Amino acid sequence: MTLLLLLLPLVAALAVLLSGNKMASRVALLFTVAEFGLTVYAYTIFKQQGPEAFVFFHDWISSPKISINLGVDGLSFVMIGLTNFLLPLIVLSGFNREYSNAKAYFSLILLMQFALIGVFMAYDGLLYYIFWELALLPIYFIALGWGGKNRVPVTLKFFIYTLAGSLLMLFGFIMLYYYNPNASFNITDLYNNPICSCNQGWLFWMFFLAFAIKIPIVPFHTWQADTYSEAPTQGTMLLSGIMLKMGTYSLIRWLLPILPAGVAEWGPLAITLSVIGIVYASIIAIMQSDLKKLFAYSSVAHVGLIAAGIFALNIEGLQGSVVQMIAHGVNVVGLFFCADIIINRTKTANISSLGGIRNVAPRFNTLFMIVVIASVALPLTNGFIGEFLLVYGVFKYNTWLAVFAGLTIILGAVYMLRMFQNTMLGNTNEQTQQFADLNWSETLVLGIIAFTIVVMGVYPKPIFELVQPSLDIILNKALAK
Amino acid sequence: MTTLLYTTCLGLFCMLAEVLNLRKLLVPALIIGLSAIFVVNMQQWGITTPASIGSVSVSHMIKMDNFAIAFSGLAIIISMLIFVLSANYYKDEQNHISDYLSIMVFVLCGALVMFSYNNMAMLFLGIEILSISLYIMAGSRRFDTRSNESGMKYFLMGAFASGFLLFGIALIYGASGTFELEGIAKYVAAGSVTPMFYLGVTLLLFAMLFKVSAVPFHFWSPDVYEGAPALITAFMSTLVKIAAFAALYRLFSHCLGGTIYYVEPLLIIVTGATIMVGNVTALSQINVKRILAYSGIAHAGYMLLGVLSSQTNAASSVLFYAAAYAIATIGLFALAIMTFKSNFSENVDAFNGLAKKNPVAAALISVFMLSLAGIPPFAGFLGKYYIFSEAIRNGYVTLTLFAVINSIIAVYYYLKVIIAMYSQPANDKPLIVHPSYMVVAIICAAATIGLTVAPDMFMQILK
Repeated sequence: MTLLLLLLPLVAALAVLLSGNKMASRVALLFTVAEFGLTVYAYTIFKQQGPEAFVFFHDWISSPKISINLGVDGLSFVMIGLTNFLLPLIVLSGFNREYSNAKAYFSLILLMQFALIGVFMAYDGLLYYIFWELALLPIYFIALGWGGKNRVPVTLKFFIYTLAGSLLMLFGFIMLYYYNPNASFNITDLYNNPICSCNQGWLFWMFFLAFAIKIPIVPFHTWQADTYSEAPTQGTMLLSGIMLKMGTYSLIRWLLPILPAGVAEWGPLAITLSVIGIVYASIIAIMQSDLKKLFAYSSVAHVGLIAAGIFALNIEGLQGSVVQMIAHGVNVVGLFFCADIIINRTKTANISSLGGIRNVAPRFNTLFMIVVIASVALPLTNGFIGEFLLVYGVFKYNTWLAVFAGLTIILGAVYMLRMFQNTMLGNTNEQTQQFADLNWSETLVLGIIAFTIVVMGVYPKPIFELVQPSLDIILNKALAK
Repeated sequence: MTTLLYTTCLGLFCMLAEVLNLRKLLVPALIIGLSAIFVVNMQQWGITTPASIGSVSVSHMIKMDNFAIAFSGLAIIISMLIFVLSANYYKDEQNHISDYLSIMVFVLCGALVMFSYNNMAMLFLGIEILSISLYIMAGSRRFDTRSNESGMKYFLMGAFASGFLLFGIALIYGASGTFELEGIAKYVAAGSVTPMFYLGVTLLLFAMLFKVSAVPFHFWSPDVYEGAPALITAFMSTLVKIAAFAALYRLFSHCLGGTIYYVEPLLIIVTGATIMVGNVTALSQINVKRILAYSGIAHAGYMLLGVLSSQTNAASSVLFYAAAYAIATIGLFALAIMTFKSNFSENVDAFNGLAKKNPVAAALISVFMLSLAGIPPFAGFLGKYYIFSEAIRNGYVTLTLFAVINSIIAVYYYLKVIIAMYSQPANDKPLIVHPSYMVVAIICAAATIGLTVAPDMFMQILK
C-alpha cells in the first residue's frame, strides 16, 4: 500500500511522457484522480489499522547505513492527503491552456508529486534528504522551461538558494549519524539518542537554514516573490501550496524532536524572526500592485505565522500549524488560480488597471470571494481555525509576540479586501469588459476549493484526530531536554 | 599481471593493424579484446598467489590485490567507452587511427601499472608510460596550434614533475634502503625516520599532486584540456585522473600511512585550496572544456578528502566517487563532442536551445551535469555523500563543511549549460548525434542512475 501510494505518481510521470502532447493533460488527470482515490482508500485502512499498516522497510546502502524506511503516521497522512488532493486540481487548472511540449510539463508535475510524497513518507534521514532534493529538480525545470521573461536569473537564484540550505542539512545529517551510537539515520534512533547539548546549537542552524529558506522565513525569503511571479501557474501552485509545507512539516518532524536543546536555545530567535516576517511581509503586500506578488507576500505572512506557532512549542501551536498548512495549501492554490484566470484574460497583473469584473463574471466573483474571505480568516472558513489556534499558541508563549502575530489577520484583511475591491468591484474598463466567465474546468477547480474551504471550516475534527497522536509524541520529545 | 600483459599485447596488435591493413576491424577488435581482458582481470579476484611470469616471481614489482583489480576493471570499462567513441571521432583520419589507438592503449597500460605497483620504480614507470603517451596524444593535431601548445605545455610541466618524483624516490631510497612498498612501510613503522625521508615524501607528494592537478600545481590542466582534441580531453579527465588518484591513494594506504600525521597539514591546505580554486575559477569560464577542467580540479579536491581518509579504508568511497565522476564525464563528452562539431564552437553558447533541437540529448546532458554537481538521485550525490562521511569519520569536520559550502558554488556553472539548453533560443544548426555516441551516452546515464539504485554491489568490492 505504502509503495503503491509512493510509486503511482512515478509510473504516471512515465505514462504521461509516453502519451504524447495532446493526451498528456488528460492522462495526468486520470492518474492524479486515481492517486487521490487510493489516498481515500488508504484513509479507511489507516482508520482501522493505524500507522502499523503502512510500515515499509528495505535495506539499501549498508555503510554508512541508509535504508528505505517508509511509514505514514497521522502527520504524514495529512500532508500526503493535501498533496494528493491538490494535484488533480493543479492538473485540471492546466486544462484549456496551451503548453509547448505538454507531455514533459505534466510529467514533471507528476514527478514532483512523487518526490513530495516521498518527503512526507520517509522515516530515514538520508532517504528524506534525497526526496527533499529530488523535489527541487522538477520545479526548477518547470520554472525554467515554461516560466516568464525574467526566468533565467530568478530560477537560478531559487535553485542555488534552496540548494545551499539543503547541503548544510546534508552535512547536519551526516554529523547526526556520527553522534548516534546506533550509527543509523532511522528516525526512531534519531529521536531516542539525545545529542550533547553543546553540539545542538550549531546543528540547529544546519537544519533551520534549510527549512527557513524553503518556508521562507524572513530574511531568507528573497528568492520567493520573483520565483512565484515568474513560474508558470501550476509551478507556483506546487511551490506555494505544497512545497512550502515541506519546510514547516520538516520543522515539526525533523527539527523539534531531534534537537530539543538546540530549539530551546535558538527557538526564541526563530519565533521572533517569524513574527517580524509576518509584519514585514504584510506591509509589503499592502504596497504591492502586482497580483501574483501580492499573493506571494501574503503567503510569506501566513507561513510566518505557521512557523511561529511551531516554535511556540505548545500543542495549540502545533495543531494550529498543521491545520493552517492544509488550509493555506488549499487557499493559496485557489488564489493563484484566480490570479491566473485574471491575468490570462486581461493580460495584466496590475491591480490598478483592473476593476468591475463582478459585473461581467458573477460565477467567478462568488468563488473568488470565498477564497479571499478564507485567506483573511473569517470564521466558518478553514483559515479561521488554523490562525486562531496559531495566535493562541503564540499568545501562550509570549503576549507581545501574539499581538504582532495577530496583526497578520488585520493586515491580511486590509490588503486582500482592497485587492478584491480594486479588481472585482467598481466599473468595468476596456481591460475587463471582455472578461468571460468561468468555463467548466475552472468552475470545477474553484468549486471544489470553495467547497473544501467551507467543509474544513465547519468540521475540522478529522484532521485534529489524525494528527493528535503524532503531535503528542513530537511535543514530548521537543520539550524533553 | 596477466591484465597488464594482455593489454600490452593489445597495444602491439593495434600497431600491427596498420601493417596488416586491418584498420576497419580495429575498433571492434579492441572492444572485444578489452572485454576479454576485463573478464581475465576479474578472475584474479581474491587470488593471493604472488604475481609471476613463468617461474619468475614479480610480486616485489607488481601486486594484483583487490584494490588494483577493482580500479583496473574501472579503467578498462572507461577505455572501452572511449574507444567506442573513437571509431567515429577518427573516421577522417584513417591513416593515423591505429597509431592513435595504440597510444591510447598504452595509456591504459601505464594506468594499470599505477594501480598495481608494489615498488617505487614501478610507480615511476607507470607514470611515465602514461604521461609520455599522453604528451603525444595532446599534441596529436599537428596543424592546430592550440593542440601543439597543449602537448608542449603538458610535456614541459610533466617533465618537471617527473624530476620531483625521481628525486623524491631517490631520497626515500637513501633513507630506507629499499624501493619496495612493504620495506618502506616497515622502515616508517620502525620509528627512526630521518629528515631526508620526509623531504623525499614531500617531493613525491608534490609530483603526485601535479599529476592529479591539485592546487597550486593545477595551472597546466585548463590549457592542456582546452587545446587537446576533445576525445583526448575526455580520456585525460577520466582515466588519467583516476589513475593518478589510485596511485596516490595506494601510496598512503600501502606504504606511507605512518607519515600521514606529517603530510596532513599540507594535504588539508591543498585539499581546501583545490576545491575552492577549482570551483571559483570555473564560475567565469565560457569554454566548456575549460569549465570541465576546473570542475575536474574541484573534483580532485573532493577525492583528496578521500585520500586524507585513507587510514580507515576509504578505498571503496574513492572508487565510487571516481566511477560516478568518470561515467558522467564520458557521457557528457560524448554529447559535447557532437555539439562542438555541429556549432564549430566549444563555448557554452554552443548548447543554446539544445532542448528544442534534440530533447533526448539535452535531458542526458542535464543528468550528467546534475550528477557532477552532486544532486540526488544521481550517482554523483552518493559519491559526495560517501566521501563526506569518510572525512567526518576521520575527524575532518571543518574541512568537510568547507567542501560542502563549495559544492553550492559549483552548482552555478553546471546550471549554466542547462540554462543555455533550456531557455536560450536555438540556432539553425541541427544537432545530429551519431548512434555510437548516443549509445555511450545512454549507457553512462543508465549507470549514473543505476549506481544510486544499487550502490552496495559496488561498495562491497573493496570492503
